[in-house]
Amino acid sequence: MNAPVKIETTLKDWETDQEVRWCPGCGDYAILKAVQRTLPQLGADPANTVFISGIGCSSRFPYYMESYGFHTIHGRAPAVATGVKLANPDLDIWLVTGDGDGLSIGGNHLMHVLRRNVNMQIMLFNNEIYGLTKGQYSPTSREGTKSPSTPLGSYDHPARPAAFALGSGARFVGRGFDVSKNLPDVLKAAHAHQGAAFIEIFQNCIVYNKDVFNDFAAPKGAEDRQLWLENGAPMLFAGGTRGIALDRDRLELKVVDVVDGDWQAAEVLVHDVTNRSIAHMLVEMPFGPFPMALGVLYDDPRPTFETAVIEERAKASEGKTADLAKLLGQGQTWTVSGTAADPV
Amino acid sequence: MATQAADTPLEAENPDAVVVRFAGDSGDGMQLTGGQFTLSTALAGNDLATFPDFPAEIRAPQGTLFGVSAFQINFGSRQINTAGDAPDVLVAMNPAALKVNLAALKPGGLIIADIGEFTKRNLDKAKYESNPLEDGSLAKYDLLAFDISALTVEAVKPFGLGNKDALRSKNMWTLGLALWMFDRPREPLHEWLRAKFKTKPDIANANIAALDAGHAYGETAELSGPLKQLHIAPVESAPGLYRTITGAEAVSLGLVAGAQLAELPMFFGGYPITPASAILHHLTRLKEFGVTTFQAEDEIAAICAAIGASYAGQLGVTSSSGPGIALKGEAMGLAIMTELPLVIVNSQRGGPSTGLPTKTEQSDLYQAVYGRNGDAPMPVIAARSPSDAFECAIEACRIAVQYMTPVMLLTDGYIANAAEPWKVPDPASYEKFPVQFLTEKNDGDQLLPYKRDAKGARPWIKPGTPGLLHRIGGIEKHELTGNIDYSPDNHQRMTDARKAKVEDVAVPDQEVALGEATGKLAVVGWGSTYGPIHQAVGRARRKGLDVSHIHVRHIWPLPANLGALLKGFDKVLVPEMNTGQFKTVLRDQFLVDAEPLTKTSGQPFQIAELEEAIGKYFDGIPGNEGGEVPANEQQLPISESGHDDGTYPDAPFHGDDAALPGEGSDTGAVNQ
Repeated sequence: MNAPVKIETTLKDWETDQEVRWCPGCGDYAILKAVQRTLPQLGADPANTVFISGIGCSSRFPYYMESYGFHTIHGRAPAVATGVKLANPDLDIWLVTGDGDGLSIGGNHLMHVLRRNVNMQIMLFNNEIYGLTKGQYSPTSREGTKSPSTPLGSYDHPARPAAFALGSGARFVGRGFDVSKNLPDVLKAAHAHQGAAFIEIFQNCIVYNKDVFNDFAAPKGAEDRQLWLENGAPMLFAGGTRGIALDRDRLELKVVDVVDGDWQAAEVLVHDVTNRSIAHMLVEMPFGPFPMALGVLYDDPRPTFETAVIEERAKASEGKTADLAKLLGQGQTWTVSGTAADPV
Repeated sequence: MATQAADTPLEAENPDAVVVRFAGDSGDGMQLTGGQFTLSTALAGNDLATFPDFPAEIRAPQGTLFGVSAFQINFGSRQINTAGDAPDVLVAMNPAALKVNLAALKPGGLIIADIGEFTKRNLDKAKYESNPLEDGSLAKYDLLAFDISALTVEAVKPFGLGNKDALRSKNMWTLGLALWMFDRPREPLHEWLRAKFKTKPDIANANIAALDAGHAYGETAELSGPLKQLHIAPVESAPGLYRTITGAEAVSLGLVAGAQLAELPMFFGGYPITPASAILHHLTRLKEFGVTTFQAEDEIAAICAAIGASYAGQLGVTSSSGPGIALKGEAMGLAIMTELPLVIVNSQRGGPSTGLPTKTEQSDLYQAVYGRNGDAPMPVIAARSPSDAFECAIEACRIAVQYMTPVMLLTDGYIANAAEPWKVPDPASYEKFPVQFLTEKNDGDQLLPYKRDAKGARPWIKPGTPGLLHRIGGIEKHELTGNIDYSPDNHQRMTDARKAKVEDVAVPDQEVALGEATGKLAVVGWGSTYGPIHQAVGRARRKGLDVSHIHVRHIWPLPANLGALLKGFDKVLVPEMNTGQFKTVLRDQFLVDAEPLTKTSGQPFQIAELEEAIGKYFDGIPGNEGGEVPANEQQLPISESGHDDGTYPDAPFHGDDAALPGEGSDTGAVNQ
């Protein structure tokens, strides 16, 4: 994020005059509102904000944000955004992608923007399906997903976006879902992070993959199935009656019961957003036996790519002038006067 | 195939041009030798052209046929446009070098060979059954064989080097002999060696000793045989400052100049590929000119990052060769659709697919002009020589920013690697084309991001500009607001507008490079065929044939007068290093009966081949025109080797194992 001057805006200021064309009831609407609600809270300047997307339902996002926006080509938004950021590091860039755009056709670019640590917020809308192309299974679809291209059920193993991001070297990994009231907090944390901040947002595709996240996202029973992580706080869920502890023999996480709120006795872990080892366990934590880990899973900044590029350029230019005539005539040259040549 | 003259210029008292080919093992430092000989030739005031030919393998096994590295230079007291059809002098540092290059040597040509390397083991590696230096098989050439290895070891003895290290100065010894042979001063080489080994004076002195010993050998041995000193007079050149330049350097400098003339920082997104990588290597060392280079994760990311940089207000540039250009295709469409400036350099190589990575070809013309989805018009410019690549790069930048469009600049493996003397231009002599970004609404109180100017270009709006918020993208957009608009009449108008914008790019009228503006035969070329066509047409005209040379820089859009110009000739012959792509464009655009003359052996045209083709038009046999030029065993690149982009220095010479990346690139270090 880069917003040296905080600007007063309202949610309305971030709405465009364009008709939103997602299917009625699509989770994208909720995410759009969450972002439009968050930006005023950040004091973001619309003129300094750029939404960059690839292709897919999620990638229509820039058209609905009253800021600068670039709807690029399938999978390549991270590369375009890298160029934008290197050309003007003062711009505040939000990348919008989906599970197909970001992990299938654009998986390579997503990996590299994360490992390079280009300063931007990357929102990956994960609906576990190809929506805009009418319902084929996606790289995050669960095994057995029946779709027009897998009528008998898919058999590839799904990619896990947060694990992919962390494995690629991301220094910020957050998770939320479309209708969650906590989503703006995750977005704010991502914005505060200097570097590539990856946010997986579970998004309900009501047409092709309806309610696929209901197991943890449905309001009923949510307490038992959602683990909202908070830095410095114990990893508790189910109203504080259960928690996440470390199985020290197997070096993996386990669910423990918390009696009378004494989480220390149950050895419940205290969330430390800079603990990369625990972060690796959290992104791999299987839903079902465990709750879904949500919030900021990992946040440990390190120098950004564009800073290194700028510093190197400054250092390499030190004591040099951009003298084009000198550059053209550099190296070993000779002068011709008439027909005689003399070395210079 | 053309016949070669049996006599060589070596017989002449003062020959007007000589072709020398240095050949050795890739560990022998032939590119460096050639590069330094090139420099001394330039300093002597001769015109010249070179052709470096390195093996494609990074470190080919020593002494093998495919490990042969060669460097050819054609220099003279008259205008030189090509690296020469066939060498007059072949320096062979080992049996493999002799075997691979002998077929090229003119009958009566001179072979200089190092006996010290003609051992049983090396002869076996080169698949010689008997020693060619002794078995009489070289009878039709002049042979000068002596033990360069031993002489070098002897010369550097005072510096206490081991035998292996001492032998690494062989190339400097050979260079010394060549300097003597063509009456060149040694001092510039001494200075260069001292500067190169500033921190290792012993190494510098050993190399200087080897160089001097080679020179002295020629001077004092008084060989009665074929070795004699030749004097080649300086060419008449316009007064001024000169240097040698390769195409890759010229493109890089032209891009920097173009960005400066546009008053923009430059962003270069690249991905390593032969033979285009040299441009990335050159530009990354020019950061003080506001150049940012970005080695992307792939070709697509390289162009997309460049598009992102252009969107943000810099001059985005990307570069590649055929396969990489294919990958960039979709993104070019995005730049066309969003109407952002972008320069795409294509250093063409043999295709399709991986094809011939280290060999030259002009077979990406269709890809450049037509190779995208949808109706995706894009200006295309082709450089004809290394120095012309400088002008073309500036022209590409100008068109890109003035018309808000991607522009493709075509060079090829030959132009990228070849060197020629270049009269250093004065940057002040170029007209600036400073970019004006839009800073306020352009239609009353409304912003219309796609409202066009007289050139058909939309405004360039940098994100970060207050009050000009808008969205762009690859989806069809409204002709003024840029908002998504799929409506039929809008798409029709936008397609027409994109087409008209590119077709109306101001392109200078086509001039005739040589000859009359009407006549019996026009030989029409584009790109790196300029040199051989020019020489061949010149020779034909001296024989009295009514033939002209027309060389097209602006491939798309074509010069407005080109159709009428071509119709002023009875016949049009189009020599191309492909199966006839430009011929097809000319036929399509002007309905002229352009005949193809094609060559796809990975080798440039020889002058003699073109001369023969031109001659056929005047021999009165109907239909005896055009056709296909077969592979030519006299020419570089030779079948066992190729030339590379110089990213890995040709194991240079003594004490220089850890040369910097990019050093010794192109023709081997003439501009370090």
